[in-house]
Amino acid sequence: MSPLRNLRDWLDQRLGWDDLIAPLRKKSVPLHKLSYWYFLGGITLFLFVIQVLTGILLLLYYRPGANEAFESVQYIMTQVKFGWLIRSIHSWSANLMIFTAFAHMFSVLFLKAYRKPRELTWVSGVILLFLVMGFGFSGYLLPWNTLAFFATKVGTEIAAQVPIIGKPIMIFLRGGEEVTGATLTRFFGFHVAVLPGLATLLILLHLVLVQRLGISIPPKLEAQWTANPSAKCEMKFFPNFMLRELMAWYVALGVLGALAAIFPWNLGVKADAFAPAPAGIKPEWYFLFMFQTLKLIPPRVWFMDGEVLGVLAFGLVGLLWLLLPFFESDQPSPTKRWITGLAVFALAYVAGMSVYGHLAK
Amino acid sequence: MSTPGEEMGNAGNPLSPPVPRRRFVEVLLGSGFLATAIAFLYPVLRYLVPPKASDLGSDAVVAGHVGELKPNSGKIFRFGNRPGLLIRTASGEYRAISAICTHLTCTVQYRDDLREVWCACHNGKYDLNGRNISGPPPRPLEAFEVQVRGDAIFVRRRREA
Repeated sequence: MSPLRNLRDWLDQRLGWDDLIAPLRKKSVPLHKLSYWYFLGGITLFLFVIQVLTGILLLLYYRPGANEAFESVQYIMTQVKFGWLIRSIHSWSANLMIFTAFAHMFSVLFLKAYRKPRELTWVSGVILLFLVMGFGFSGYLLPWNTLAFFATKVGTEIAAQVPIIGKPIMIFLRGGEEVTGATLTRFFGFHVAVLPGLATLLILLHLVLVQRLGISIPPKLEAQWTANPSAKCEMKFFPNFMLRELMAWYVALGVLGALAAIFPWNLGVKADAFAPAPAGIKPEWYFLFMFQTLKLIPPRVWFMDGEVLGVLAFGLVGLLWLLLPFFESDQPSPTKRWITGLAVFALAYVAGMSVYGHLAK
Repeated sequence: MSTPGEEMGNAGNPLSPPVPRRRFVEVLLGSGFLATAIAFLYPVLRYLVPPKASDLGSDAVVAGHVGELKPNSGKIFRFGNRPGLLIRTASGEYRAISAICTHLTCTVQYRDDLREVWCACHNGKYDLNGRNISGPPPRPLEAFEVQVRGDAIFVRRRREA
């Protein structure tokens, strides 16, 4: 017996290893022409792991605080060996992760994978998307540069538009009336402790649910396969699909490394609370569709402030989005088409508004 | 079902070398992954090593001013990013030595009652030239050159002969 085999058996006797991975061995992945979309969730998870690892590395040198944050990031980028690369990977991976999370969500929507019994998988996924956007918003402030400073000012001011609870939320987020070093300390805490903890728990829940419920098949195919079981085509998850997933991760790593090395992330100019906001200031691309919408709403609609209306509308849409699977009955009904139509509209709206926001002066 | 011939890939073809195809792919993939791992690990390892802190002005510093120290007293001064000990002996002479104990790097102090340099951590003692005279310190403290120019007391590292 080889030593590796010996070690394996030793561990198996103590951990029940074989029982632990038994569900993975039983698991299979449906094979059809849209199977490629199944990779997106895994790639998002992979990028999250990259975020955790590079985030820990950045923590070795980063110092929160209005007088130190910018300088410490500058130090990372100019003095620490490969510091520019680590930070660039962290920034690029964050953006790619948000992109793949959105793509994963829309693929789930179009493949109708959110249907019963997978409602909770959808809900945990949408909350994860919100958390990821929270990561983006809080992490953006940490280098304490001008763009980040004003983005945080505007972002927290938008939160203050919510009637009654808005103002206290803003003060909670800012750690006071204004965006100051206190805000930076808070955002740092959210970014490196609160959000990672919540996200890890939710990711575990999300993965357990995927594991328990198996992988969804698009309804049309499901009907075909039920009618004709011999047409059913599946691949074992372990090791066949997992090796393919690993190759996808490898490609993602290559893309990430290339982007980070060829287009290193800028640091910008240190934030100055008493300097005017730079011209053409815009939020990160994943907030652009909301930013642009708020800009288009007239200042006064009927009896309400335009801003307030916009913020409330986004809150409501977000809530409905979270509960989307519960609007679809498991009986054949016209709502099925209705939800796909909504998905097409949402995708077109988010993409269109983002491009419009990007091009708008 | 695969036959052993198929397993060996193109082994049946007399013109090509009998390299099993699977083995070839494995080596190719394996070395690719290994190269990638090294390409990602190397920057991380370099990143983990902190850059050298700049040792600003450690060649010569103003340790104090004339009249600041009474005879038979001492004070700690900054020598670059390390502490140094400036002593005025009972006879009024200035001495400067490193204040980092050679035992476990605590910061030493001047004891006017003993007229010795003393380390509080493990009761190490040095004389006023920095020589270790009792307790655990294994080596003497580094002695510096002292120059009084005008009002300022300059301390510089002794040039290696």
